[in-house]
Amino acid sequence: MKALTAGFSEERLGPYYGGKSMLFRVFARNELETLYEILAVNHVVGPVSRGKSKKGRELFAFDYLYDFQDLRLDFTTTTHSLKPFVLPFQETLSSFKVEDDSWEKYVDLNIYKQHVFFGVHACDINALNKLDKVLSEQIYPDPFYTAKRRNMFIIGIDCHPQPFCFCRSMGTDTVLHGFDMLLTDLGDRYFVEIQSARAWDILQQIPTEEPDEEDHRRFVETVEARNQAFSCQVDTSDLTKILDLEFQSPVWEEWGRRCLSCGTCANVCPTCYCYGVREHVDPDLQGASKIRQLYSCNLIDFAEVAGNHNFRPDSSSRLKYRYYHKHRGFQEVYEEPLCVGCGRCGQACLAGITVPEVIASVRGQEEEDE
Amino acid sequence: MSKLEFVDIMPRQGRVSRKTDLTSFEYSYQAEITGIYPLTATEKLYQLRIVDPQLRKRFSFQPGQFVMLELPGIGEGPFSISSSPTRHGDIELCIRAVGNLTHFLDRVLCGTVVGISGPFGTGFPMEKMEGSDILLIAGGLGIAPLRAPLFSVLENRSRYKRVDIIYGARKPSELLFTYQHQMWRQFDINLEIIVDEGDPDWTGPVGRITDILEQRIEQSSGNLSQNTFAIVCGPPVMFTFVCNMLIAAGLPMQKIFVSLERRMHCGRGKCCRCNIGATYTCLSGPVFDYWEVMNMKEAI
Ligand SMILES: Cc1cc2nc3c(=O)[nH]c(=O)nc-3n(C[C@H](O)[C@H](O)[C@H](O)COP(=O)(O)OP(=O)(O)OC[C@H]3O[C@@H](n4cnc5c(N)ncnc54)[C@H](O)[C@@H]3O)c2cc1C
Ligand code: SF4
Ligand code: SF4
Ligand code: FES
Repeated sequence: MKALTAGFSEERLGPYYGGKSMLFRVFARNELETLYEILAVNHVVGPVSRGKSKKGRELFAFDYLYDFQDLRLDFTTTTHSLKPFVLPFQETLSSFKVEDDSWEKYVDLNIYKQHVFFGVHACDINALNKLDKVLSEQIYPDPFYTAKRRNMFIIGIDCHPQPFCFCRSMGTDTVLHGFDMLLTDLGDRYFVEIQSARAWDILQQIPTEEPDEEDHRRFVETVEARNQAFSCQVDTSDLTKILDLEFQSPVWEEWGRRCLSCGTCANVCPTCYCYGVREHVDPDLQGASKIRQLYSCNLIDFAEVAGNHNFRPDSSSRLKYRYYHKHRGFQEVYEEPLCVGCGRCGQACLAGITVPEVIASVRGQEEEDE
Repeated sequence: MSKLEFVDIMPRQGRVSRKTDLTSFEYSYQAEITGIYPLTATEKLYQLRIVDPQLRKRFSFQPGQFVMLELPGIGEGPFSISSSPTRHGDIELCIRAVGNLTHFLDRVLCGTVVGISGPFGTGFPMEKMEGSDILLIAGGLGIAPLRAPLFSVLENRSRYKRVDIIYGARKPSELLFTYQHQMWRQFDINLEIIVDEGDPDWTGPVGRITDILEQRIEQSSGNLSQNTFAIVCGPPVMFTFVCNMLIAAGLPMQKIFVSLERRMHCGRGKCCRCNIGATYTCLSGPVFDYWEVMNMKEAI
């Protein structure tokens, strides 16, 4: 990093051109509140505490913030990701004004203001990047999702690995793009990576400094310490082939027997995006609307067609399909899995089904002592 | 204080048909039902006409593609276009009443305006089939998606060699398009019909669709010419039997085309309802060649 920018001082090139000064800054811890206040004219969403679970673990959620004191940047994995802000559980796709024999269709993208997301972990930013590939970049881009994505200002924050996090195995423990700024907590100061011009402009409003040798050292130390904290992993080598080979494996039956087909896993998953559409007539009979609701491939009628033919009638075939889509199909098209290893599905599952266990069993690597 | 600027991704109110355009996602053509013809107790043929004459002319599709039809407040569903591609936005759909939307459609009157989006999905490669024998094999409602390629063949009859239609239904009363069968035959098309169970008026053969296919293959002394294309459409159980017979008779997998049915809630590769493995039936299908089908898990 040093060698790259040697000789490019701010004096010579000005603040906007010095490669290094453009990308990294540090600022004092107490300036964070100023940063929050500067952005508070927008809708601000951030991690807040939601009490404790039965097991005594503190629970967190992303919610609208009205007070800096509620912001909990030391949060651990939230129960739900940011998904509800880009793919609401229910969303009106269009409404109709109906008159006698004719009707007119209206489309509202359901977003009117920029949202600032203050404190997002790498896995969740990576999840949005993955959703973009399907929902914004493919043929027939989804304008409802895309409009919300274009109106996000994302401030990332370094994370505290939990025992169920396996993002390292999924290659999503670091994030390379998809945020405006990324903070790393160095104790008395924040190290910030800046990735957009508007983030740069906003940081002009608080005192920041060029990171010095000491900051670099502490940054590397922080990253090292985090890497040491990971305790869960998944063997992904040749996983696509193994999933193909083990398609008829009896382990799927076993998981199918345990699965309750409740769909909770897809609900909390930051990368699950499937949905169903239904229409209804307004009570005054003057209009109608078309509503989409997020669905889950684990629900029994997911693939049912007319004549009561169900392409995946039993829970094992549906559970298998979920893994197959995430770790085989998506991988084939985009060269990455449709999973960021956040572990939310395993934490939320009433039957205790976790991704690392399922994949290990398919690979024939169950560990008896676990 | 820093108010971030709102980004409006749909500033223009216009009609755009590019598939990568954000404004086209929820766009649907208004189409008027101009004719309704009952075919059987549960199926009707609907003639639809895109209201805007400009758009009607511009609407073009390939045989095998489908549209999403919506009735405001009732529902939306995928239906194969069952008419000739040369008729553009004057399309025909053959619809069986099975549920909410389709039962409602069963009761609407001519003049009702519905919404149409599409066309979506892949079609049959009609140009590639020119100069070859063609075997169209349909079971039940499978004749609906087969009518579009059939029209293409009828309109360009000289470009294709021998054309057979093998059509099976459960009962004679469930046979579709009976009024057109004579016309098809006049175009030098061998139409063979078989029913699972006959009735007193039925004089044709009784049995399974594979019986007729067997006869057809025997006529070619057990070997279909390499220069044959087959299109197979029908209930899931039919595919395996029919396709295996065709392969046994020497037809290469990439010359057998099937149209698969899956549940569809968007038609645009978003809702995942139509996925087979991770293949979107609405984007990569519904028309697949048999090689692709073999390479998808749980396709048939
Ligand atoms: C590519 C394609 C082409 C098709 N072409 C034709 C055609 O030419 N003629 C025809 O009659 N039918 C066709 N279908 C089937 C037709 O889409 C469904 O029968 C119709 O959507 C059912 O809608 P409904 O509201 O009446 O049923 P519902 O009341 O919603 O449900 C009745 C049954 O239909 C199933 N179903 C519901 N929605 C769908 C859906 N979107 N796709 C498939 N099954 C569904 C349900 O699981 C249920 O078993 C086609 C389907 C596909 C995928
Ligand atoms: S949360 Fe668990 S029980 Fe529910 S559908 Fe998912 S895997 Fe099955
Ligand atoms: S599948 Fe489970 S671990 Fe993977 S991204 Fe979804 S919730 Fe997280
Ligand atoms: S129908 Fe929605 S993804 Fe294919």
